[in-house]
Amino acid sequence: MALTLDIEGPAAPPRLNGELVFDAPWEGRSFAMAMALVEGGHFTWDDFRDHLIAAVQRWESDPVGEYRYYERWQEALESIVEERAIVSEPEVDALAAAYAARPPGHDHGDHDHGDDHHHHDH
Amino acid sequence: MADHSHTTDRPSPAVRAEALESLLTERGLVKSEVLDGFINRFVNDVGPMNGAKVVAKAWVDDDYRAQLLTDGTGAIKELGFAGPQGEHIVVVENSDDVHNVVVCTLCSCYPWPVLGLPPEWYKDPAYRSRMVREPRTLLSEMGLDLDDSVEVQVWDSSAENRYLVLPQRPEGTEDLSEDELAALVTRDAMVGVAKVSAG
Repeated sequence: MALTLDIEGPAAPPRLNGELVFDAPWEGRSFAMAMALVEGGHFTWDDFRDHLIAAVQRWESDPVGEYRYYERWQEALESIVEERAIVSEPEVDALAAAYAARPPGHDHGDHDHGDDHHHHDH
Repeated sequence: MADHSHTTDRPSPAVRAEALESLLTERGLVKSEVLDGFINRFVNDVGPMNGAKVVAKAWVDDDYRAQLLTDGTGAIKELGFAGPQGEHIVVVENSDDVHNVVVCTLCSCYPWPVLGLPPEWYKDPAYRSRMVREPRTLLSEMGLDLDDSVEVQVWDSSAENRYLVLPQRPEGTEDLSEDELAALVTRDAMVGVAKVSAG
């Protein structure tokens, strides 16, 4: 479990009454990006839900591998930002390919990064 | 839309999410600390304890219970719980004769402001299809055996409605305070795949 959580305090109640909601940090990032874009007025929850339903149905019509909800969520997010001309799919493809080509052991905290890293200052 | 599921050399969703966040950040559409805030809120602050407080209050306060069953969203908002996916919450009440259970067959709609984010099994394709087809069997597999005389009502969430089950107050809890009652109420009971036990 990779999410960093407080052991004490407000972290406790939900976990006493259920498991953690994100299996990996990226799932939380993907979830929060959708939240932020809805809050910013770029699309509504109902619009996002339509894309999520479509992404779920694409998988279910031809299941490959294990069903992972937040993979469908990420797919829905990519498809709605593409549809709304916010970020195009080729842009995501290209940057993701560049990130995927990073050397193994890449870690955000331990050395300098190029300008493509998202934590750099603007 | 490209067919995502078959491309084996496609970067992982983790890397795609990182790339998308970079691009959205560059365009000034998201901020890392805002995303952190959402995650923190939904992981730590919003959770089934909100729903448990709603249920406990309904158990001890008949007026509130009546209001909750007529206007779930309003009654829940009164306790300070509102937010995305909480706009249209319908509360369905269990009784000796009727047991309610919630599903979202199309995706995984869920009343976030009262229950937090859905657990893994709620999002699972098998749960989503089987709860409609064979609710009794699935409930039994999940540890809830219902008498044949009990009618099972399955509520399929939609863009219009999210459902919250008001479980039956367990026997032997007459002397408990509202807070003590809330501590007994589980998420699974409010989805309808379990009953509340007296502890």
